[in-house]
Amino acid sequence: MLALSRQALTGSRIRARRLDLDLRQADVARSCGISPAYLNLIEHNRRRIGGKLLGDLARALETDIGALSEGAEVALVGALRAAADAARDASVELDRTEEFAGRFPGWAALVDEQSRRIATLERTAAILSDRLSHDPDLSASLHDVITTVTAINATSSILTGGEDVDPEWQARFQRNIHEDSERLAEASQHLVRYLDAGDPSVQSNRTPQEELERWLAARSFHVAELERAIAPDPEGLLKGSDAPATPAAWAFTHAYLTRYRADAERVPLGALLEALEAFGPDPLRLAEAFRSDLPTVLRRMACLPPEVDAPPMGIAVCDGSGSLVFRKPVEGFALPRFGAACPLWPLYQVLGRPMVPRRDVVAQPGRLPRACLTYAIAQPAQADGFDGPSIIEATMLILPQDPSGSDPQPSQPVGTTCRVCPRRTCRARSEPSIFEDPVAPQA
Amino acid sequence: MSGHVLLIEDEPNIIEAIRFILSRDGWTVDTHSDGSTAVDEVLRRNPDLVILDVMLPNRSGYDILSDLRASDTTRDLPVLMLTARGQKKDKEMAERVGASRFMTKPFSNAEVLASVRELAGG
Repeated sequence: MLALSRQALTGSRIRARRLDLDLRQADVARSCGISPAYLNLIEHNRRRIGGKLLGDLARALETDIGALSEGAEVALVGALRAAADAARDASVELDRTEEFAGRFPGWAALVDEQSRRIATLERTAAILSDRLSHDPDLSASLHDVITTVTAINATSSILTGGEDVDPEWQARFQRNIHEDSERLAEASQHLVRYLDAGDPSVQSNRTPQEELERWLAARSFHVAELERAIAPDPEGLLKGSDAPATPAAWAFTHAYLTRYRADAERVPLGALLEALEAFGPDPLRLAEAFRSDLPTVLRRMACLPPEVDAPPMGIAVCDGSGSLVFRKPVEGFALPRFGAACPLWPLYQVLGRPMVPRRDVVAQPGRLPRACLTYAIAQPAQADGFDGPSIIEATMLILPQDPSGSDPQPSQPVGTTCRVCPRRTCRARSEPSIFEDPVAPQA
Repeated sequence: MSGHVLLIEDEPNIIEAIRFILSRDGWTVDTHSDGSTAVDEVLRRNPDLVILDVMLPNRSGYDILSDLRASDTTRDLPVLMLTARGQKKDKEMAERVGASRFMTKPFSNAEVLASVRELAGG
């Protein structure tokens, strides 16, 4: 194994591997048919590398391509590109992002961390602004205060205006002012109590989805307690110190766990592992074996225990509007945290043909595009009967393929989001990429 | 001054104060507090000017004013809008639906009186 941090880029990995083997740069370069100077540029992440040359280097360094190219570098580079996009700074040298990440991994991580921090603060500001504009309780309290102040102001102005006021009216107005002052005191206290209590959604700085992901990530997306024959109520799992901080996140997580438990009852883990052994990771055959719908099987495959010898799997679930409502990240396929994802994903293709499953091999752009096998299906639900709305949900299981596999399958190009996708001629592009000059959206 | 003002507002003590200062100035003041029947009340009473609160029970002042501007008989009726929300977008909304004047709470009595005189004093 390479003794390298996960932040290292391909060039740095090549260099570290060569040094581990105590090989000279000139010898490795010669065996790959390149000059030592060119290898030096590669090792310092100043030249992109892929394809045959990466294979030659892997052979020369007695390792596999994956060991040299996998890791967190793709995520870091993607995060830096997202940071540049968020800053909307045209002066950023995007074509040297990988070099920057490779030469200054500490600074690059800091840029990424600060960009995330800015996004968090912006979200907090948006929540506060939204709260001031739309919180019905706050709005009603403020309206109450202003209305009462108006009444007091108008009435006291009459009494102190210098014109004669009939004694009967004077008494009436004094009574009104007294009533209004009591109302004002009450409304002010209500307002202070409300503001003092704070809003947990502001304090947490996370969306309910992020809270759920954080909770699940701590368990490798596998909830062992809910796999038991007699599983506990989800409420019992959400009482610890790591429980979601906000009521919204708690409700969101609870709903997820309730579905998880139902899925586990329908497709029990032990039987699923046996079926996987017998049929392989074929969702349709598994669905047949369990007499289950396909989305349930896809969800079950995505939450296998980490100790099981199964390929890594990610999952994305969206609603009818295309919003990602659940995501389990997997290395090799970037899932955007915010904003619209690539409309070419099979996840979105199936929305137009409910109940028709799709199997695709797709690849996102990158220095070494990683093919991913995907299984997707959209399934409608009529919770309120024939007269109610049809609620549709699409599910896509993602299985990144082994880059050194002997039989690579042709893959369809897809992206992450339009803003960070370099595929200039994509017909599905909705906004210009940060990698190109602005172009008019194509129909 | 004399004339007929219809005050559409749901806060009793504000109603009392405005009615007092306008009556003392010679205006006849009728009042109404329910948004859902406000348009019918305007048509029935045929005032020279309407003072209209934005936040009313059952119907917003903006919707009421839109209906008044859509009717031939009240298209040009002077309407003074009152609101507790003084943001730019609220003022723009009032202008868009056809308010003759927009006043933010808390207002001064002198301001209300001057506006009524100006808008309906002819």
